[in-house]
Amino acid sequence: MSVKLHNAVAGDDMRTPLARARGLGSAKHGVGHWWAQRLTAIALIPLALWFVWMVLRLPHLDYAGAHGLVANPINALLLILFTATMFWHGQLGIQVVIEDYVHTRWIEITLLIVVKFLAVLGALACALAVLSVWLGVPSAANIP
Amino acid sequence: MPHARPLSPHLGIYKWQITMVLSIVHRLTGLFLCLGALLVAWGLIALASSDSAWSAFTAFCASWIGIVLLILWTFSLFFHLCNGIRHLFWDAGAGFEKPTYHTSGWVVVIAAVALTLCVWIWMLAGAHGGAA
Repeated sequence: MSVKLHNAVAGDDMRTPLARARGLGSAKHGVGHWWAQRLTAIALIPLALWFVWMVLRLPHLDYAGAHGLVANPINALLLILFTATMFWHGQLGIQVVIEDYVHTRWIEITLLIVVKFLAVLGALACALAVLSVWLGVPSAANIP
Repeated sequence: MPHARPLSPHLGIYKWQITMVLSIVHRLTGLFLCLGALLVAWGLIALASSDSAWSAFTAFCASWIGIVLLILWTFSLFFHLCNGIRHLFWDAGAGFEKPTYHTSGWVVVIAAVALTLCVWIWMLAGAHGGAA
C-alpha cells in the first residue's frame, strides 16, 4: 500500500492525473464556501437593517452622543456582529469575482490572499474600536 | 493561441434583459458595498480615537462627494439585500418560473429605490430640523 501511495504521489506510475483523482470524491471546498455565503447573507438581513436604522440616528448626535450610542452594550454587540459578518460575507463575494475574472494564476492567488488579510484586519479593527468605545465610557453617559 | 477553439457567445450578442442586468448589478453593488465596509471601519476607528478624528469623518460624510457616495451606498445596500433574498429563494428551489423571476426582479428594483428614498427623505427631513 505504501509503495502504491508513494508511486501515486511521486507521479511515476502510468496513470493520468484524472484517473488518480477519479473516485476520491470532491474536495468539498465549494460547499463550505456556498454555505458560509448563505449563512452570512441570512445573518446580514436583520443586522444590515438594524445598522441602517442606527445610522439614521447619527446626524442628530454630536461626538459624545455618537460615543454613547455605540457604548450601549446591545448596540456594541450588534455592531461587532454586523461588522464581522459584513467583512466575512464581502470577502467571500470578492473571492468569487476574482476567481471568475482574474485568469493569471499568480495575480489571482495574490489578490485572494490580500483580500482575506484585509478582511480580517477590517473586522478586527472594527471590533477593537467598538470595544474601546464600549468599555472606555462610564455607563452614565450611555444613551439608550 | 496555438489552437483556435470555438468560443461560447459573449455578452455582446444577447438582448439586454432584466435578469442579466440584475445579476450584474448584484455583483457591482456587492463590490461597492465592500468599499462601504471600509467607511464603516473608518467611522468606528474615528469614534474610538478622538473628537477631531470623528469631526473629520463626519465632515467627509457631509461633503457633496460624501453625500453622493452615501446615497449610492444606501441604494447598493437595499438592492443587494433585496436581491439577496431573491437569491435565497432560488437556493431553496422557489421562484424559477420565467414570469416569477421577471416579476421578482422588478419588485427588487422598486423596493430598493423606495427604501433608498425613505431613508434619504427621513435623513434630509431630520437634518432640516437642526442637527449636525
